[in-house]
Amino acid sequence: MAAVPDRVHLRLTVNGEELPVSFAPYKTLLEVLREDLGLTGTKHGCELGECGACTVLLDGEPVLSCLALALECEGRRIETIEGLARGAELHPLQAAFADLGGSQCGYCTPGVIMTAKALLDKDLNVSKEKIKEATAGNLCRCTGYLQITEAVERAAKELREAPK
Amino acid sequence: MSDGSTKRRLEVVGKSRRRVDGRAKVTGQLRFADDLALPRMLHCKLLRSPHPHALVESIDTSQAAKHPGVHLVLTKNDFPVPFGIMPVSVDEFPLTDHARHVGDPIAAVIASDEQVAGEALELIQVRYKPLKTISDPEEALASPEPRIHDYGEQGNIHRNQAYEFGDVGEALAKSDHVFEDLFFYQGNTHLPMEEQATLAAVEGDGKLLVTSSTQNPHYLHRQLARVLQIPGSKVRVVASPNGGGFGGKCDPANHEMVVAKAALALGRPVKICLTREEVFYQHRGRHPVLMKLRTGVTKDGKLTGMHLQTLLDGGGYGSHGPASTFYTGVLTPVTYELPRFKFEACRTFTNKPACGPKRGHGTPQPRFGQEVQLDKIAEKLGMDPAELRLGIVTKPDSLTANWLRVGSTGLAECIREVVARSGWKNRFRKMGQGKGVGLACSTYMCGAGLPIYWNKLPHSGVQLLLDRSGQVTVYCGATEIGQGSDDVLAAIVAEVLGIDTGEVRCVTGDTSMTPVDLGSYSSRVTIMMGNAALQAAEKVKAQLAEAAAEQLEVLPAGLVFSNGKVFDPATSRSMAFLEAIQYAEAKFGTLGAVGSYTPPKPPGRYKGAGVGPSPAYSFSACVVEAEVDAKTGWIHVPKIWIAHDIGRALNPVLARGQVIGGVYMGLGEALMEEQAFRRLPEKLSQALVHRMPSMLEYKSLTALDMPEVDVALIENPDPNCPFGAKEVGQGPLLPVMPALANAVYDAVGVRIDEIPVTPDKVLRALELKNSGKNPRIGPERFPSVPYPEPVFVITPQEGGDGKETKREDRKRAAAAVV
Repeated sequence: MAAVPDRVHLRLTVNGEELPVSFAPYKTLLEVLREDLGLTGTKHGCELGECGACTVLLDGEPVLSCLALALECEGRRIETIEGLARGAELHPLQAAFADLGGSQCGYCTPGVIMTAKALLDKDLNVSKEKIKEATAGNLCRCTGYLQITEAVERAAKELREAPK
Repeated sequence: MSDGSTKRRLEVVGKSRRRVDGRAKVTGQLRFADDLALPRMLHCKLLRSPHPHALVESIDTSQAAKHPGVHLVLTKNDFPVPFGIMPVSVDEFPLTDHARHVGDPIAAVIASDEQVAGEALELIQVRYKPLKTISDPEEALASPEPRIHDYGEQGNIHRNQAYEFGDVGEALAKSDHVFEDLFFYQGNTHLPMEEQATLAAVEGDGKLLVTSSTQNPHYLHRQLARVLQIPGSKVRVVASPNGGGFGGKCDPANHEMVVAKAALALGRPVKICLTREEVFYQHRGRHPVLMKLRTGVTKDGKLTGMHLQTLLDGGGYGSHGPASTFYTGVLTPVTYELPRFKFEACRTFTNKPACGPKRGHGTPQPRFGQEVQLDKIAEKLGMDPAELRLGIVTKPDSLTANWLRVGSTGLAECIREVVARSGWKNRFRKMGQGKGVGLACSTYMCGAGLPIYWNKLPHSGVQLLLDRSGQVTVYCGATEIGQGSDDVLAAIVAEVLGIDTGEVRCVTGDTSMTPVDLGSYSSRVTIMMGNAALQAAEKVKAQLAEAAAEQLEVLPAGLVFSNGKVFDPATSRSMAFLEAIQYAEAKFGTLGAVGSYTPPKPPGRYKGAGVGPSPAYSFSACVVEAEVDAKTGWIHVPKIWIAHDIGRALNPVLARGQVIGGVYMGLGEALMEEQAFRRLPEKLSQALVHRMPSMLEYKSLTALDMPEVDVALIENPDPNCPFGAKEVGQGPLLPVMPALANAVYDAVGVRIDEIPVTPDKVLRALELKNSGKNPRIGPERFPSVPYPEPVFVITPQEGGDGKETKREDRKRAAAAVV
């Protein structure tokens, strides 16, 4: 068996930026984002794939970054909460979460916003039920979820009505 | 106090706005404790006991210390001084040689990274001497030896107390009916999304900086100085924004002490972040409580007296236990008129993670019992449960039997509101088999009347600083745990000064920079910090008004601060707020003011009268609709109606969020959340272990499980509160559990007298019902508890003076009457 290297060196595409990074090969995407790339917007609540706080998008699909090996993400499109705003302008999801009580302590917020983004990227005509289904894997202990659902609904409406 | 300005309509207060910290949260910019990193930072991991009860006979850390990358290994020997949140329960060492539960920290490794620290933990050799495990309160009462702690009342009883307000035996004897019921409320935990994390460092000035996910930086500050034996002035505690608290980050914690010690020893930053499993061991959550309620009523549904007995499973440490024990009773007389009240409570130590304060602190358990019992009383008397309650709500400004001043109350309005909105009268007992509605009410404190340690100092301090740039900075030791305390602070200052919350910068939760606020617990922040902020803002406003009036050549008293302007309605002269600051700075020098708040003195004067008093009480009423599947016992909750007497909503979108969040957590407790334990099989160690220390197994509601919630905010401003605003963080949780249990009874006619109400219990109760037996699941017996002779206090209504009346005096008085 070939020896496992101490560190691997590769390029990850995060929020449209190609970033060189080196890390121990056993590290998860969550750890590399937070510890090696300084992207601490992605949170962790269990590191066992149970809570959804670490959700990021991989090629547009929501994944639990605590269960993904960073090694396997080379060449794939990684999106995190840091990539959502355009300059000073918040993404409609971010604005709606901030205005409608979708975020209280804010710890689950990046994960649930990324999950919602993946949903809205595919379909802006989502029902309440679809939003609840999509976000059911993102635990939140503060809000009781209703204002999260309302925020996603408002963002979907805004995006539907936005000039293309 | 109450109202900053009566001259104009409110411009900030009462308007839904984006919270001041909202932007940072949705962009991922907000830095929680584990998001912080410093140059040369090391990482810490704790070795935790695999035994529920054991002494450390020997510990060998030499191999671990030699492991490459390890910088320091700490054990009990490094920590001679104990700590504890309450002065009467200083019973924890940062690292112990007497493990009181599985997960109790024994040793710590500080290493270059978590991986190395974890490897080194495996190299520590500990020889344990296992002791008999005490698994529950009954066992604790029956087993005075071995003692889990060498202090407390006796054996394994931590606290034991009894109070009697008026002769309850006599009241029950004269009642038309006496209802006796037993209830059990299982423990559960906070499960904040953020696992506790702490970063300790020695700053350039040689002082210790501890940044931690704590709700109470002030109490942590005091305990760090104590444990490390250094002056408080050499320690700075910064409460990082908490990723959820709910009471779980109130206690100073072992890991905080350990990394502080390590940072001082090594001169390098040291960080720790607990794993999710460790968060379950840190716990300090809801106490499991067994309750017995004997309640006397008249035939027309008035309460005559209650004898309440509680037995608490405290777990392995004192924590907030002495307060928790009181809270399993003291707020009972606040909702309904209860002329006489006897309350006996006992907290035992057991070999489980320590229980402490969780949202509602000690109160949800007896509230569950009382509200389910009221449902039974209403049925027996042939009354509507809502009507019964409306007939007995406490009156404004009245004193309860145990000497608490009720203040303002909107409980009757809350009940009427949920009854009307839910269509209660057309639904209750009318929905048909399998469907039902249940109603319950509650009350909660707006801050504890006394601090955790005895002192005469203010409970909250606020400092305001303004300068010629137009900047308004407000400093307060209060902690943002997600509840929106920074937004409350900004809103109160902004309202008084006639500016937008976006113009106010909040600096909070930093013991080196902010005046002391006792912390984010007991729903105290809005009222206490808010009143201090109001006082500071009014002082600054007076200075600005004087300077502006001089320039405008008008009288300061007539000036109005509104929309970023200072103007005189009589002459229509005005200036920008910024100009007013500049004139005032020129006239008075550097601008600033401080405000302080101390709650009113409690009316009761007996020993123990300090627990329960509050500047104000919030009230809530709740209707839960439930559908119960008789085949599976599954409970589906389609909708919940809740009305909360909030006094005034400072930011309605946040207030509604607090109410829904409380309902969510209450419904989780009602249906599924359990911090439960099991013994390993004999061939293993028989140890008492947590049944489910993971988020997958500790069930909580998801977005899909959450019902529709109809929220009514009842706004009747309270004179003791800033702009009339009462608490909303805890109260709305409390009525949900009993309302759910009452709804299940309305749906299928079975009583589940314990929390959580799970499908298996419903099925067992339905089986009992079908076989003609009492369709009830719940505790069958209350053990014999050696409660002490009660402290007897004559009630206010019977002419008492608020002090204890000794038994001999009562006998003499009785003899004189004869």
